Amino acid sequence: MAGVQLRRARTGVVLAITCLLLLSACGGGDDSSGQSQGASGDTGATITMWTRSATEAASRRLVERYNATHKNKVELTPIPTDNYQPRIAAAAGAKNLPDVFAADVIFMPQYTSKGLFLDITDRIDALPFKDNLAPSHVELGTFEGRKYGIPHTLDLSVIFYNKVLYEKAGLDPEKPPTTLKEFAEHARTVREKVGGNVYGTFSGLSCGGCIVFTYWPSVWAAGGEVMNEDGSQSTIDSPESVAVFETWNQLWKDGVIPASARDEAGPTWTSFFPKGTIGVMPMPSTTLGQMPDNDKVKVGVAPIPGPDGGESTFVGGDSIGISATSKQPDAAWDFLSWTVSDEAQVEVLAKNKDVLARPDLASNKYSSADERVVLMNEMVGKGRTPFALNFGQTYNDPNGPWIPVLRDAILGDDVAKALQEGAPKLTQSLQQQ
Amino acid sequence: MSATSTRPPDTAAARRSATSPAGRAMRRARALKGIGYTAPTAAIVVVLFLAPLVLVFWMSLNRWPLLGAPRVNAPDNYTRIPDNPLFLDAVRFTLKYTVIVTVMLLLVALGLALLVQERRRGTGFFRTTYLLPSGVGFAAAALLFYGFYSTEIGPIHGILRSLGLIEETFSFRGTPNSALFSTIALVIWRFAGFQMLILLTGLQSIPLELYEAARVDGASRWQAFRRITLPLLRPTLALLLVLSVSGSLLAFDQFFILTQGQPDNSTLTMVMVIYREAFFRFDLGAAAALSVVVLLVLVALNALQLRVLRRRD
Repeated sequence: MAGVQLRRARTGVVLAITCLLLLSACGGGDDSSGQSQGASGDTGATITMWTRSATEAASRRLVERYNATHKNKVELTPIPTDNYQPRIAAAAGAKNLPDVFAADVIFMPQYTSKGLFLDITDRIDALPFKDNLAPSHVELGTFEGRKYGIPHTLDLSVIFYNKVLYEKAGLDPEKPPTTLKEFAEHARTVREKVGGNVYGTFSGLSCGGCIVFTYWPSVWAAGGEVMNEDGSQSTIDSPESVAVFETWNQLWKDGVIPASARDEAGPTWTSFFPKGTIGVMPMPSTTLGQMPDNDKVKVGVAPIPGPDGGESTFVGGDSIGISATSKQPDAAWDFLSWTVSDEAQVEVLAKNKDVLARPDLASNKYSSADERVVLMNEMVGKGRTPFALNFGQTYNDPNGPWIPVLRDAILGDDVAKALQEGAPKLTQSLQQQ
Repeated sequence: MSATSTRPPDTAAARRSATSPAGRAMRRARALKGIGYTAPTAAIVVVLFLAPLVLVFWMSLNRWPLLGAPRVNAPDNYTRIPDNPLFLDAVRFTLKYTVIVTVMLLLVALGLALLVQERRRGTGFFRTTYLLPSGVGFAAAALLFYGFYSTEIGPIHGILRSLGLIEETFSFRGTPNSALFSTIALVIWRFAGFQMLILLTGLQSIPLELYEAARVDGASRWQAFRRITLPLLRPTLALLLVLSVSGSLLAFDQFFILTQGQPDNSTLTMVMVIYREAFFRFDLGAAAALSVVVLLVLVALNALQLRVLRRRD
């Protein structure tokens, strides 16, 4: 009898272990329950938030100030920028998105059309300053008439030029280029007069997003277009665009751009200017706060010009919204609406020389101290953010159609032909279902 | 274990009273126990292999959004594959890469194994040295080589230039060929030691008497290698071939980190295209269809390899 009991006991243990294994294999993943108390506003809820590492600094400043002044607590998780889109996709597939997440503004149409964000039209419309939110961010966060996102951080492309190198090259450090032709002349002069390891300008020639961000404003400044209005057709072969790419093509041929630019895939494209080895180049406005001010580098800022004048900028940065799967949209909105309030914009963002999500607050007690910041804030109204549902897969994806086209145009011999042959490929990707 | 001591009475009892209620209960208990023992493995296979496999196949028949209900659209995901120029290019590239890397890896590993086959002073040191890279995670190794190849921070460019082997403008990842062979160098560095180890066990299982007999018969070293070593090493080579071909057809990490498919999508592998469909285009159905195709190709190729190698045995 003892033997039978022992065996039964053993069978029981084996079965129990089996059940445990099965349970643990199937039961993971759902940790969002139990947080649904807190029906409205600032009730001491814990809000989970994701952002990409490129814009983490500004997000963190906002989160820290909010946590210090509110009962709710925001838990911020930064995710490497290159990995952000796959992570969002994986989390959405597992219905495991955080309560709020920021997204590169150009990805907003794709995310809203896939239903990743909660419709917050009524909440946004109830804001007293709803008409003063950065217009391009609001536009890209709107899908079929409903609003899903508000501006979170703004990142503009502007010309940075190194006044130290300008002086060395015999250029006037107070006169930045006002046309793209002048820009090319300045770059060439720096390369010729200073030389050595100092180059005239720089571009990330294996980085689709970098070229979009830095070249397209010149096309817009000349009155040209790179896509049709609904982002379903590429017009990258327009005469204005050809003129812009021809300028850069010539700079590459003349060795004004360092050879390493050819393989620059993005991670380090902004790292050369602060070393004092680049004369003048389009840069992201958010890097101004990290620029050195010493005997090698003194940064001057100017708008990106077209071939014969005009000015424009790519209004990039992040939008933010409440995820479609959040169980506590009220608490999440309490945080989001606070981030665009006067207090957050002025006391957190303006204080740190960031560009504001609210152009109406552009002149404030901090901005007037630095004319470069005033200029960048003014550019928000003059800039553009292109709209396309398939923006990421067409222009940002390293394996999309854009990189071969731009490399053909800049590194090749025939710019017009490269862009003419490239436009249909871009259009095909823009229209892909 | 007690299992051996309890079995005889068990079977004896079962035989004695196969139809009695007590005997039936006991048989049921035994069957239950058997199921209990195999269940953990079965559960793991079902949960981690069969279920995902069925799910992937089901996904490939649907338009599968990130959120919301899927909709059957078979066979669209499959019929659209030929329209995906990236995938067709990736198939060509992956096959080319598989052939080159499998041959080079085997040659290098065999060379290393022959070098350290015999016990002499210092062979232990060299065996360990060759095997050491296998201890580095593959992604970490790829990042390491990313740094090595950098013209800004890596040492290799400077060294090769001072030796006059490359020009200043040379870039390890700049042209399709340099990107491919830079990656192959990484793969050989990372895996040659491991393959060497497997080949060593094969080499050491060949009886020394055979070589002695060959020497008595006046065979040269080359003849001994061709007539004795290679034929007797065939099972080991077959194992390595299967491992290397399967691994190379599924190549992802090395190219994802080192080249990102650049320049101009010339180093894009099949798995990278699947990843792109799923996580950049959010088209999970299309990604699943591509996965099924790759799986079928893998199964077919492995079946073919095993059949050819078995027949020779």
